[in-house]
Amino acid sequence: MSVVEAAEHTAPPVVRGRSHKRNKRSTSVALAMLVPAAVLMVVFLIIPIFLTFGLAFTNARLISPVPARFVGLDNFVRLFENETFWRSLLNTVVFTIVIVPVQSGLALGLALLVNAKVRGTNFFRTVYFLPVVTSMVVVSMLWLFMYQPDGLINVLLAKVGITGPDWLGDPNTALFAIIVLSIWQAVGFHMVIWLSGLQTIPGELYEAASIDGASKWQQFAHVTWPGLRQTSIFILITITIAAFSLFTQVNIMTQGGPLDSTSTLVYMAVFTGFQQQQTGYAAAISLVFFALVLTVSLIQRYLTRDKEAIR
Amino acid sequence: MSDHLAHVADTTTTEPRTAGSRDNRLSGALVMALRVLLCLVFGLPLVFMIVSSFKPDTQIFADLASWSAFLPVGDVSLANYTGLMDRVPFVTFMVNSVFISVCTVVLGLLVNSMAAFALSRIEFRGQKVVLGIVLATLIVPFETMALPLLWWVNTIPYFDGSQGWLDTYAVQIIPFLANAFSIYLFYQYFDSIPKELDEAATVDGAGWFRIYRSIVMPLSGPAVATVAILTFLPAWNSYLWPLMVVQSESLRPVMVGIDYFKQATGSSGTAWGQIMAYATMITVPVLALFIGFQRAFINSIASSGVKG
Repeated sequence: MSVVEAAEHTAPPVVRGRSHKRNKRSTSVALAMLVPAAVLMVVFLIIPIFLTFGLAFTNARLISPVPARFVGLDNFVRLFENETFWRSLLNTVVFTIVIVPVQSGLALGLALLVNAKVRGTNFFRTVYFLPVVTSMVVVSMLWLFMYQPDGLINVLLAKVGITGPDWLGDPNTALFAIIVLSIWQAVGFHMVIWLSGLQTIPGELYEAASIDGASKWQQFAHVTWPGLRQTSIFILITITIAAFSLFTQVNIMTQGGPLDSTSTLVYMAVFTGFQQQQTGYAAAISLVFFALVLTVSLIQRYLTRDKEAIR
Repeated sequence: MSDHLAHVADTTTTEPRTAGSRDNRLSGALVMALRVLLCLVFGLPLVFMIVSSFKPDTQIFADLASWSAFLPVGDVSLANYTGLMDRVPFVTFMVNSVFISVCTVVLGLLVNSMAAFALSRIEFRGQKVVLGIVLATLIVPFETMALPLLWWVNTIPYFDGSQGWLDTYAVQIIPFLANAFSIYLFYQYFDSIPKELDEAATVDGAGWFRIYRSIVMPLSGPAVATVAILTFLPAWNSYLWPLMVVQSESLRPVMVGIDYFKQATGSSGTAWGQIMAYATMITVPVLALFIGFQRAFINSIASSGVKG
């Protein structure tokens, strides 16, 4: 990720002409200012990450009088024999594979639609952004209502002669229904990020392209899109990670059903680790989830590094 | 309200147009029609939610087939709002959410800005390593370690020596204070403030903490606003974590309160009117904040993506 590279380039300059004593004092002040954040990060982030690895190989339970015992690969064997796990993994991957291109594409479309300086542009941006500041809990409840068999969506569909299904009650449509509302809620967020990327493209480039007789499409392909490369990497990574983490919508709308058709890795981890208190088993699921996120991040990082080298 | 979004527009690249051609005017009209249509797609569900919160359940369903679904007409009243107060301790949940969000934002600003200051301005050994670790944690989504963290906070001793942090305010605030992304945003901003200011202050006898408090922080208003907003939204919207760590009703935040309505049934099945009323009450404060501080909201989201 370029975050790391950007930060490395901006390391503070070496302070020259300072006495040894001064540097020593600086170090102690720096440490004092770092300590609160460092302690909190170690206790609530670093240790839990390592715990995920440790607990996955134990039979730890959330509340148990007996200390956890090492059980080797038992949790993973159980997990890989569990059909719900494979269904959850599949659902998570399908959700992500659909969401990433559709949401980033629609967000770019929205950004282009409201990038031109015309009357009312700011109003449109505001409205497209409203679902982003609405919590996913509220959005899930609202769409649960609209998806009812006799709810708003089916009534509207009936007006154009379509008989809508029981969106969330039918295993064939439930995941699709969740995908639609997830995009509706988050697309405005990525619209704003695309917009900020569009602003970094100098207007002269468009003028030059226009003088050369480039069509609107050619301008997009040769000026806009290349200028958005950094932005697109950021958007890909954030949408991918957010999509893998799907939980709230499922928990509120379907509880993983019908027939596991909307169960996800995080939902399954919460169900086993919290409701059933099987911490060790849930840690194994978390580890699979972690491996998935890490793999995708590394692939994306590798691909972006490759392009930079070619340049 | 739309004018406040102008900031993003200020530097918008306007594509040159060949004025007057009929083709352009036609496509212009189509584009405008599309914009309006999308407005309906994004805006109407929220209008529907707010409008329905004032209607009895039977009328909500009767109105679906016409535009009155989106209009406050018919038997409009506050009955759903008063009704839901009997079902959930709304005021308690609201106070909890405000308290948790404000604490998370204020303490988070302090902790993360100090850490970023140390990383950005002060030279010390191991600085790059620390920064590298902070940035590496950015790709770990909270959900991957939520369950191990749950076990962990139930295992470690609380401040008073008893075991476990479950069912406290602290467990809803403290784990979310230190944030790699906040540190990174502050770090970037601090780096853009000229270091000559530090040296001048040092000559005047100011220590590092003075420089942090009296020079760097007062100049960092935009970064503070960005981090505050990016901390506030997830704190207010927090659902998965309080669902797991809070058992007492008196400590519950508003988002978890929605679960009270899952089995909530009124005279005709699910009490949708009350649910929409609850949803409206926990959404409108944030929408009001957004509309009031639009520029800051949009800038904070935009700045989260600029550097990638």
